[in-house]
Parts: sequence; C-alpha cells; structure tokens
Amino acid sequence: MKLTLKIWRQKNAQAKGQMVTYPIDGIDGDMSFLEMMDVLNNELINKGDDPVVFDHDCREGICGSCSMFINGEAHGPDRLVTTCQLHMRKFKDGDTITIEPFRAGGFPVIKDLMVDRSAFDRIQHAGGFISINTSGNTQDANAIPIEKADADAAFDAATCIGCGACVASCKNSSAMLFVSAKVSQFALLPQGKVEATDRVMNMVKQMDEEGFGNCTNTGACEVECPKGISLENIARMNREYMSASMKG
Amino acid sequence: MALDSKIPSGPLADKWTQYKNDINLVNPANKRLIDVIVVGTGLAGGSAAATLAELGYNVKAFCFQDSPRRAHSIAAQGGINAAKNYQGDGDSTYRLFYDTVKGGDYRSREANVYRLAEVSANIIDQCVAQGVPFARDYGGLLDNRSFGGVLVSRTFYAKGQTGQQLLLGAYSAMNRQIGRGKIKMYNRHEMLDVVKVDGKARGIITRNLVTGEIERHSAHAVVLGTGGYGNVFYLSTNAMGSNVTAAWKAHKRGAHFANPCYTQIHPTCIPVSGDHQSKLTLMSESLRNDGRIWVPKKKEDAEAIRAGKLKPTEIAEENRDYYLERRYPAFGNLVPRDVASRAAKERCDAGFGVNKTGEAVYLDFASAIERYGKEQAYVTHQDANNAALVKKLGQEIVKTKYGNLFQMYEKIVDQNPYETPMMIYPAVHYTMGGLWVDYNLQTSVEGLYAIGEANFSDHGANRLGASALMQGLADGYFVLPYTIGDYLSQDIRTGPIATDTKEFEEAEKNVRSQIDALVNNNGTKAVDYFHKKLGKIMWNKCGMSRNAKDLESAINEISDLRDEFYKEVRVPGGEDEYNEELAKALRVADFLELGELFAKDALTRNESCGGHFREESVEEDGPQKGEAKRDDKNFTFVSAWEYKGAPKDAVLHKEELTYENIELKQRSYK
Amino acid sequence: MSGLLKSSIGRKVAMALSGLFLVVFLTQHFVINLLSVFSEETHNTVSHFMGTNPLVQFGLQPVLIFGVFFHFIMGIKLELQNRKSRPVKYVSYNGGANATWMSRNMIYTGLVVLAFLGLHFYDFFIPELIHKYAENHTAEVGDATRYYAETIHKFEQPWRVGIYVVSFVLLMLHLLHGFQSSFQSVGFNNKYSKALKGFTTAWAIIIPLGFIFIAVYHHFNQLPH
Repeated sequence: MKLTLKIWRQKNAQAKGQMVTYPIDGIDGDMSFLEMMDVLNNELINKGDDPVVFDHDCREGICGSCSMFINGEAHGPDRLVTTCQLHMRKFKDGDTITIEPFRAGGFPVIKDLMVDRSAFDRIQHAGGFISINTSGNTQDANAIPIEKADADAAFDAATCIGCGACVASCKNSSAMLFVSAKVSQFALLPQGKVEATDRVMNMVKQMDEEGFGNCTNTGACEVECPKGISLENIARMNREYMSASMKG
Repeated sequence: MALDSKIPSGPLADKWTQYKNDINLVNPANKRLIDVIVVGTGLAGGSAAATLAELGYNVKAFCFQDSPRRAHSIAAQGGINAAKNYQGDGDSTYRLFYDTVKGGDYRSREANVYRLAEVSANIIDQCVAQGVPFARDYGGLLDNRSFGGVLVSRTFYAKGQTGQQLLLGAYSAMNRQIGRGKIKMYNRHEMLDVVKVDGKARGIITRNLVTGEIERHSAHAVVLGTGGYGNVFYLSTNAMGSNVTAAWKAHKRGAHFANPCYTQIHPTCIPVSGDHQSKLTLMSESLRNDGRIWVPKKKEDAEAIRAGKLKPTEIAEENRDYYLERRYPAFGNLVPRDVASRAAKERCDAGFGVNKTGEAVYLDFASAIERYGKEQAYVTHQDANNAALVKKLGQEIVKTKYGNLFQMYEKIVDQNPYETPMMIYPAVHYTMGGLWVDYNLQTSVEGLYAIGEANFSDHGANRLGASALMQGLADGYFVLPYTIGDYLSQDIRTGPIATDTKEFEEAEKNVRSQIDALVNNNGTKAVDYFHKKLGKIMWNKCGMSRNAKDLESAINEISDLRDEFYKEVRVPGGEDEYNEELAKALRVADFLELGELFAKDALTRNESCGGHFREESVEEDGPQKGEAKRDDKNFTFVSAWEYKGAPKDAVLHKEELTYENIELKQRSYK
Repeated sequence: MSGLLKSSIGRKVAMALSGLFLVVFLTQHFVINLLSVFSEETHNTVSHFMGTNPLVQFGLQPVLIFGVFFHFIMGIKLELQNRKSRPVKYVSYNGGANATWMSRNMIYTGLVVLAFLGLHFYDFFIPELIHKYAENHTAEVGDATRYYAETIHKFEQPWRVGIYVVSFVLLMLHLLHGFQSSFQSVGFNNKYSKALKGFTTAWAIIIPLGFIFIAVYHHFNQLPH
C-alpha cells in the first residue's frame, strides 16, 4: 500500500505546530497503525530527521497510552479498538490519512502527537478510590454477596483504559464518560457506596477545574470509546451528583 | 561473599507468622522521618507504594509511563490464584504451595513460596474491599476458573482483564495517598542508576523523559518493582517500554542477578505475521480451559493448509492430532506453559505447523461451542439435535466467557475465531529470573529491594498461570511492608539523605556521560536494528530449546553486536527534550549486556528444568522418553551472578536449595 | 446545594429541566393553536382564559419567561465555555462519524428558534401587552373574541409563513436531540430509554409539523377563493 500521511508536528509544548505531509510506501494490511508509524519513523531516522513522537506501550489495547486522532476520529475509523489495534487493512491503497494529537485544553500537547493526560490522574486523586487500608485484614471476600448484574455492570464501567478518546471525540472536550466510569464502578458496589457522596462531588469538582467542557449528550464518546463504555454511566453519575448535592 | 537467604527457622507453616512477631517495627511518628523510593508502578510497585505511604513513610514513586495506571501489569488477562477453596475442590495453602513448587520444577525456595500461598487469600479479600469487580456467579459469590498445571479451580478473574482490574485497584490505593501528599508521583521518569552511600542504597538517578533533565533522588531505601526483561528477545508479550535497565543498573552496583536464563515462553500467543511485527499479543491461558490444541495428523494436510489450499474446518476429526491430549492424558490441554510450548515447537519443527510461516498450531473451540450449546439447549428446552441452534447457543456462551479475547484476535488476524480455529504459537512472556533477593526481598545490596517480576524468588524455573499477579500483589501489599520496616528501624535517627554528596555526583556523572556518548555517536543504524538483531540471536539460540554449541556462539555474537552498537548506533535529536530513540538506546544497551549473561547462565545450567530446556538433558527411555530431564544432583541451586565488568566475567554464586517439605520428583503431567 | 449551578452537571441538569418545561409549554401552546383549526369559538375562549387569568398571567407567565431566558442564556454560556475547552481546533474533525447533526448543532438550531421568538414576540406578545396595558383594555371590558382573527391575520403574508415553517423545522431538529437528551441529563437511562426515545422522536416530529400545518392551513384558508 502507498499512502500519504499528514501528521501534526510540534517540537515542544511552547512551539507552534503544523501539519507535515509524508508519503509512505510498502505498507502491509496486517500491520497495525503503530507499526506503520514505526516504518515511517525508521525512514525518518535513516534520513537523519526527528522521528514522530507518539505515546504507545502495551500495543494490545489495554494500557491506554496510544492516542491518535486519525481522519477526524479518535483511534481512527474502526470501532472498539485503540490506535494500536487499528490495522492497516482498514485503509485503501492511495489513501491520505490525517493524524493529529488528541486535542483539548485539558490535554496540552507535549510533542508531536503526544499529549499530557495527567488531568485524568488528578481527577482520580480527588476521589477515584475506596478509602480502606491495604492491610489485608478486611472481611472475607465472599462476606458480601453482590448481585451478578451489578458486579458485571461495575466491571463494564471499570474496563475504562483512561485513553482520553472520549474527551478527544467530544465536540465540547467533555470528560464525563471517563469520570462517570469510575464513579459508576464504585457506586454499583456495596464497598463503594459508603463514600459515594464525597467521591462524586470531589471528582466532578476536579473535572471542572481541569477545564474540560460540558456534556451535551451527543454520544460521540460512547461511539469512539475503545472499550465501549456506555452513556448509562453518565446518567448514573448525574443521578449520583444530584442526590449528593441535595445531601451536601 | 556467601549468599544468605535469611530464611527464618521453624516449621514451614509457622515461619512467616514467627518472622512477623520477631521483627523490629518503626513507630508511626518515626515513619514520617523516613523516605522510601519505589521504582515502577505495576502490581508490585503500585501496591508497595500505596501500602508504605499508608503506613506513614514518605514515598517517592517513579514510572516511565505517563501515568502509574499504564504499567504493563495492566495487560495480564486470565486471573489471579488464591488458596481460598471456595469451590470446595480440595484446595489449601499447602496445595497451592505444592503446585507452585512443582510447577516451578523444584527450583524455587520453599519458604518464599509457602509465604506466597499463605498470603494469597488476603489478596482477594483486600481487592474486593477496594472495589475490584471480580467475576461472580448468580448467587453473588466469587467465581473461579482453572489454569494450567493444577487440578483445582483457584483462579479468580475479571473476564480477560484481571490484571487491569487489579492494577486499577492498586492505582486507586496509590491515588488516595497521592491525594494526601504521602506519595510524590514522578511520571515519565526513567531510573538510570542506583546510588550507594556506605554500601547502602540511598537514592537513584533519574531522567525526566519530557525535559531530559537528570535528577537526583534520595531515600532511606530503594524498592525496584520494575518488571521482567522479556524484551531482550525484542518480540515478546511485554510492552514496548518494558526494560531491564533499573534491574541491570542495580546489578552493576552489586545486586546479584539470579537465574537469568529462566524465561517463560507462553504457548498461546498470536503468531508473528511479518517482519514489521513490533510485539506479540497473548491469548490468555484461560482459553485452554475450553480450547483444544491440534495440528493435522498428515504432513500433506499441513502443507496444503500452509499453501492456502485447505481450511482447518475441512480436516476430519480422525486426521487431527490433539497432541497435548495424546501426550499428556492426565492434564491434557492444561499442562503447564513450558510443556505446552515445547510440544507446539516439536510439532512445528516436525513440519506440521499451520500458517504461512509454518509456526502456528490450532486452538479450536468447536467442541466447546458444541458442548455448551447442547447444555444450553437442554436448559432452555430446545432441540439439542439442531446443529445450527446448538452452535448459535454455544457461541453465545463462549462469547460471555472469552468475548474480549476473541474480539482482540479478530482485530489482529482478521479471522473469526467463532467459525475457524485460532492460530497460536509460543512467545516470550515472563521472566522467572531477576534480581537475587533474600527472604526479606532485599537484594545483595543493603537497602535495595526487588519485588514482583523484577526479583527471582517464587516461581523457580517455570511460573504457573495466574501466579504473577498473585506474587506482585503479595510482595507489595503484604510482604515488603513488613520486611522493609525491619530494615528501616535502624534509620530512625539518620535524618534526610543529602543529594549533594560525592556518591550522587559520581552516579550522575556516569549517567550523563553515557547519554552524551550515545547522542553524539553519529552512527549509521537505528536502535531498533540492534534490538531486532539481539532478539533474533536470543530467540534462535536461547529460546525454547537450547544447546551448548548455540549458547556459546550466542555469547560471542551478542558481545560482537554490543561492540557494533557502540560504534554504529545513531540517536537522532538532543538530550534535553523528549527523545524516545535515546530512551530506547539506553535500554537496548543494557539488554545487550543482560543477553550475554543470560546465555552464559543457560550454558552453565546443563540440565533441563522448567522453561529452560537443554537438548543435552532429555529422558532417553521409559514412559517419559523425550521429556525434559532435570539434574537434581548437580543443579538444585539458584545461580546468582555477581557483576565484574563484562558479562562474561560475571562470577557465579550458588544458593543451594533445600527441600524439607517436598520430595523432589520428576514432574509428570502424563 | 450552593454552587450547584457552577458545576458542569448542575448546569446540564438545569438545561434539561428548563428544556423539559419548555416542551410542556410547547405542548399546551400547540393544543390551543390546534383548536383554531377546529373551532373559532373554543380557541377564543381558551385564549381569553390564558390571556386574562391572573394565575396564568402572573404565576405561569413569568415562570415561562424566566424559563425561556434561562434556557437561552445558559445554552449560550455553555456553548462559549465548551468552545474554550478546545483552544486548538482539529484540522480534520469527522463529527458525523459518531454523533448526529442535531446533537452537534443545538446552538444553531437554538439561535434560529431564538430569532423566531423575537418575531413571535413582535407579532403577538408585544401587541398583547400594548392592548392590555398601554390601551388599558381590562379583562372585563376587553374583546374576548378578537384572538382568532388576530391569529389567522398573521398568516396572510407568505414570507411570514415561510419563516414560520423554516423555524419550526429547526425547532424540530432542536427537539429531536434536546427532548430525549434531557432525560439522559437528569439521569434517566435504563431499559425504558429505548421506548422513551421513540416517544420523544415522535413528539419532536409531530408537534412542529402540527404548528406548520396550522400556519399553512390558515394561510391557504384565507386566500381569496
């Protein structure tokens, strides 16, 4: 396959970036998108140019590092995949592919396609946990039975990989899907209910302070989420937040 | 220097309790005066950082990823073992201990393994309490599945994402402490050296990967939870960034490196598809609960499949060779990983491989789909003889069990595994070897600890499935917090460790000069060129099957490659910016040294045990003919290598392994 | 409770509630308008009641006006804030791949409706105020039968009907997303959501179409035959 890549290049956080065009040849359909980028980078290095910087690590769709905005969509045109699991067979010979970093005020660019998603960490610091000590001296794991449906729903919410595709896809750069996934996971489990009020208030407060936009229910996040996190979680967080506000 | 494993005396089952009763404690007010550095934020590092902070120590945690949540523990799929015996199938602490020692081919330390089995149950309690959503049955209680090498169901799981859920649990415990200011988190930082003051580890040198800044960090103790070194093979199931650098730098500062040749080659990974391959993807061992592994019985069928003229579904049942069920009737498809991997290699080497490259076997779910489908048809009072219906029902059940793995397979291979068997092949997955540690998890450098995959301690020569998660969390949550306290109790009057000393200066200078040399090398070849080349040598000569001749040549080839690397490597960009090539070059430089020690260790161990298979050491006849042959008389020891400059000069120290509670036997899964 | 309207979720819920309130208002408005098609007399009676009943005039009407202004001002404020949350725009943004046109353009459909409301106030509400207060027609002495004629009179000019039709099409688009989205905002997303979506979609299409029908009906009915 022969392709034309248009890639955002930006030297560092302060520099002004621009789109740069690179032709590339010899791409195989079995390559992952990142392996295609490896080919490009190898060419650049051999030419003495700086390779394109992008976040990546596990390359099996679970660490949540990779974060490319491909042809106008987070993680590209395929569904339920991260960029690393997107394969080149989804493209045709001669295609032009636009590659940009995830963009949001809350995700400043560090270099090229790499962004700083530490805002997500800070939201988790604000309340993404259950306050128990790790002594191991808790009650037996089977002491509280949990309805399978709740356990499964909590798991589904917990599969969020924190990649930020929700923010990147949202026309408002809203982080509601990410935050609601964590709030939901704990709200659905008896262990998490104890501090549910503080958790949702604190996490939403931090989310707002990080400068993410407001949710307008376009549903783009759910469609682009590589783990298929459902909008139900956002509805649940809205409920949790409203009832917490009444209490508070 | 003699190795002292510091195993407490007394009966096996009482050692850990007795130990905890005897150690020195640090009072809460004094803990506030003590700093601990934790490098790595996977299951081991993350849980250790959280627990130490909770106890009151000032923790500085480091990871090279952009967030602690992305450490590679996140990719573990199948599950975590614990001797809970919720299934009432005869499990116990002793049995988990026994299975682990046997699975490790009698090359692990009894006392460590027993302690691991003992605390395993606490892990599950702990994780449930912190909101880890394990799979449950309809009664609301926790569900279990089986893993290889055992006869009970003791594996707890969260679909195919158990590692993710456990890591997020540890991450949430960390978040709580970061929010309280008890953990200071350093993301996108790579540790490049250990600093020793008066023989004790007192700090590290790091590089901020974003700005390139070289930083000094001091503490009263340093903990490495930096994972394994599988990426020495270039292609592995490890993350792209997984590296040996932290452990190797520690080794260079005096920490012995134990059993580097013990590598786990996981039998069920997606096969290599071409030269562009950057990493390999695991298909969880849990699939072997239901999948059956086979190759064609006839060579001509295998050839036709490779040529694309025949489909696997067209091969009749009697022309399939379910070789694991044939060779190991007692354990069948659930033999331990090393055994399953070698068996796959044996078939493929004999010409029965099934993909383009001839290096793949089938993992087939057709009979599981039929079995589940029939059961479901009975339960729902439908026609169990309607093949189409049974298939549909069966596929639905299989989907609920392994849906995410099947989806992953389909995205990568572009074939539907519900309809056609998966193709799998062994790939490097885990390294049992690592930094030598004593019972306290302390390396041979005082104050320097290694936990999780970074140490060598619990899995012997082969790790059982679902035990890595168990060990990581056991070390971090429940073992290290005690043992390190005993050590730190002598530091309550030490006060803060200064970083403006000659030791820090020397270490920083070392790091800087290495970076300067690489950046200004102006060679002609990219880092990946060397890494791939190293990987090929390792895979071909130190892989699933090893012999003296190949290992000797590997040692020379790696040494030559290392020389070439320093002459020819090209690192574009500068040192004061985000420079991935530079980070890679620093890691590959260490792999190039480790690889040689690896081969040397494999050469020294002239026996077959666990993941280490020496062609010179196989059973010649009897029922076990062709199976690996262990040599207990000469090799019942841990190889701990002391750094002496070039890897070939490393000095071997032997820690003799004594088995007081388990009789050494041939490991038979027949 | 304090600071609720400063939080993103509080604002979102407020948007939803004010929107739902306007939906209710629109429904009753539609019913009264529809009466004009069937019975001049009933239309007049109901209109007179709504225009003169003190509870409606001094209870509901201020609430309505507040609701309208709140919905618009908050909507515009949120839009501005949302735009700020992505300071550097994408070169290529394929919004159509994952969200409907309606959901992405609420601000535009909303602004058109706002402009229409201006015209609507000019046409009806301001004349009503003048009639009632400047000219001092009290409820008792006022003409209780003037409403029908005044209403259909407005639909004489084709350009006005044209504007009316276009505005209601945009209102339809606004409602297609807005109505069902309000339920999500207030936290209603469960097994009934699919059915609810069917209902809100039907409502969002039928009500504006009904308004259009009434306008077009009166327009053609009063053309010289």
